[in-house]
Formats: sequence, structure tokens, C-alpha cells
Amino acid sequence: MDILIIVIKIVCALVWFLTLTLYLTWLERKESAVIQDRIGANRANIFGLRLIGLFQPFADAIKMIFKEDFVPPFASKFLHTLAPFLSFFFVAVTIAAVPFGDRLEIGGRHINLQILDLNAGLLFILAMLSLGIYGIIISGWASRNRFTLLGSMRGAAQLISYEVALGLSLIGVIMVYPSLRLQSIVAFQGENLLGWIPKWGIFLQPFGFLVFFFAALAETKRVPFDLPEGESEIIGFFTEYGGLKWGLFMMTDFMEIIVVSCLVTTLFFGGWQVPWMSADGFHFPWGGTWLLPHGIVVLFQLLAFNLKVFFFCWLQILIRWTYPRFRYDQLMDLGWKVLIPLSLINIIGTGIVMGILK
Amino acid sequence: MIEIFLVFVVFGLLGLVLIFMNRFLGPSRSNPNKEKPFECGSPYLQKDINPFPIKFYLVAFLFLLFDIEVAFFFPWALVFKEMKVTALVVMAAYLSVLVIGFVYAWKKGAFEWE
Repeated sequence: MDILIIVIKIVCALVWFLTLTLYLTWLERKESAVIQDRIGANRANIFGLRLIGLFQPFADAIKMIFKEDFVPPFASKFLHTLAPFLSFFFVAVTIAAVPFGDRLEIGGRHINLQILDLNAGLLFILAMLSLGIYGIIISGWASRNRFTLLGSMRGAAQLISYEVALGLSLIGVIMVYPSLRLQSIVAFQGENLLGWIPKWGIFLQPFGFLVFFFAALAETKRVPFDLPEGESEIIGFFTEYGGLKWGLFMMTDFMEIIVVSCLVTTLFFGGWQVPWMSADGFHFPWGGTWLLPHGIVVLFQLLAFNLKVFFFCWLQILIRWTYPRFRYDQLMDLGWKVLIPLSLINIIGTGIVMGILK
Repeated sequence: MIEIFLVFVVFGLLGLVLIFMNRFLGPSRSNPNKEKPFECGSPYLQKDINPFPIKFYLVAFLFLLFDIEVAFFFPWALVFKEMKVTALVVMAAYLSVLVIGFVYAWKKGAFEWE
């Protein structure tokens, strides 16, 4: 029975994750179209029913599935196949540690709305995200092409540069919410500050949030930071890929957006917490209460989590279509000379403020 | 424990299915032109990969040092609320060493990129 519950949770999370990934491709096309004053994808239809291009992701998926499986003769066959798998696997697995909601009570059972309730969940996600670098290096190496090699080397240097800032920016969060278990971090954020401000990470760690968000944007390797890909110059580490293997790299890209949104939501925006709502309903700071049954509360939590994640996905796509690409030295400067000192200052500042406050 | 195992198996199987889907469902039509590397028309570099100069060595080296230091920060941050002043003093000593190293690397031009 327990195993059945776990399998159901995994399937639900996968369906949510893959659907969101598919529809982010649609959102990206539509949002870029609106920004550039175009119409965007609108031709895919079922019996003439177009629905503003909502079927486009499925058309793309079907096209990619029936493409030829092509491995260039000069490439290393095993590594060439392994790279997209690693890249996909390590990003996809992180969704297992993200808390979608609080406990759901059904028939006397407490179901944690999180697949893996690890006591070091944050470290698990960071570890898996940094393992994704192997997909990049191996794909560039196995393709035996100078552009892929250049792309993968750029990718490796960029990812490891921003990894340090990413880790350091989270220290402040852990100091404030002393736990590495994501459910506990979210639970800590349910309290109120001064009685009415929700105790979210963004209010306690604004600099931590800034550093984390920029570093995470760099980790997704999208446009302001898309040096490893560089559509208009080297095409990147997946130049020699086609069909669904290329599709896996593309999916990894969008999955990284979702994972980053989930992390930002969980660590800085209260995760599934709705302001002023506790387990039995709303307790407003001006004195009113609005009691709700358990099922509705859980529904509100899921809804709040999804809304926050959608918002950050939208924000990242907006950033991708608004800013031009960095030059390589600017990229390295931002990582080493701005974000790392800022996060160190943030740690010291957090320590001093917390020491003064008690 | 079984949860982690299940998650890895399910996601791994999904990845494998996606990787091999093209092999079973797609066509297979080879063509000598298709087998050339894609380099915008220029002849390709070499068949085997020889050792090549790697500019990222220094970056990788600095990353190793700093990431180990980040790893030390995590347990410290977890107990900070209980230890307060002691933790702050200990970390000040540790952090000053880290900052001296950082400033030295900066002054030496390790973060410059030509």
C-alpha cells in the first residue's frame, strides 16, 4: 500500500512536470511573439480547432518521436547516447524532492505531498543539479566537433563559476531557517513577522534571493547567460544531435526553468504557504477568521504553489526575451567579482543582525 | 530508502525509453552528406581529440577551493541559531582566511579573462 502511494505520487509529479515542460515551450513561443509583436505558433490544430496554438507542443513532440535516430559516424556512440540521458535524468530527479503541499489526510492516512522527504533535500537538489554538468561535457566531447567542444567547455566553466555563488547564497537561508529539509523550511515560513508580514525568505533574505536568482538563471544556461549555446555563434554542445535526443536537451532546459522556479518558491516565497492560512483556515491579522475544511486547505496550498511556480517560469522567459547575451568576461566578472562577494557580505550581515536581535 | 530507489528506477526508465524511442519508431536513411560534421561548411578539425590547451584550468581550480569552503558553511549555518556568538567568532576567523585568499586571487588576476 505504501509503495502504491509512492508510485501514484511519482506518476502525478511526472505528469505535472512533463505537461508543464511541454506547455512552457508553448508559453515561450507565445510570450516571445507578444514581445516581438508577432502572432506566434497558431497553426497546429485538431479538425480545424486551433485554440491559439495549444496543440503545438504535442505536434512538436510527435514530430520529434518519429525522427531518425542519427549518431554521426565520427562520434563516440556510447557517450553520444549517454549524454542526453544524464542531462535529462539528473534534472528530472530533482522534482522528487520538491514539496508540493502539506500533509493530505485521507482515510486516516497522512500523505506527505512530496515524493522524497529527505532530511537533506536541499543538498540533494543541489547535488543533482550540479551532476547535470556531466551531460554537457560528455555531449561536447563525444560529438567530436570543435564547436560542441567549445560549447561544452564554456558550459562547464560557467556552471562551476556560478555554483559557488549558488551555494553561498543559500547559507543565509539556512541560517534563518535552520534545516535542510525542504518541508521544514516551508513550515518555518508559515509564521508571521510583526504579526502581519508572512515570514517568507524574500523578506528575511532579500540579498540572498537576488544572488540565488541570478546564479540560478546562469545555471539554466538561457539567454542572458547562454554562452554554452550561443545560437548565433557556436550553436552549442548539442550541435550534432537530432530527434528526441536533441529534444531531451531542450526538455532539460525547460525542466531547469521549472526546478529553479520551484526552488525559488520553496526557499524564498513560502512554498505552498498561503499568507495567513494555517492548517484549519485563514486567520487574518485584522482579527477575522475563515475556517475551511481540510481538503479545501490542501487545494489552496497546491494552487498557491502552482501559481508561484508559474509566475517564476513566466518571469524567466520574460528575462530571456528581454536581455542580450553577456560577453564571456562580463559573465565571469558577474560570477566571481559580484555575486560571490555579495553572498559573503550577506552571510556576515545575516550573522550580525541575528546576533543583535537575540 | 525504497522511495529513492523507486524514484531513480522510474525516472531512469523514462529516460531510457525517450533515448531509444527514435531507434524503434524513426526511419533510418543514411547519406554520405548527412555523415559529415556540422560546421557551417568548413572542414572539420581532426578525427581524434588530441590534448588541447584548456583555459578553464584556473577557474576549475578556484571552484574546487571555494566549493569545499561552501561545503563547510552548510553545517555551520545549521547550528548558528543555537551557538550565536561562538559560531560568529569561529566563522569570522574562517571567513577572514577565505577572504584573504579571495582578495589574493583577485589581485593576481585569476578572475581576469582575455
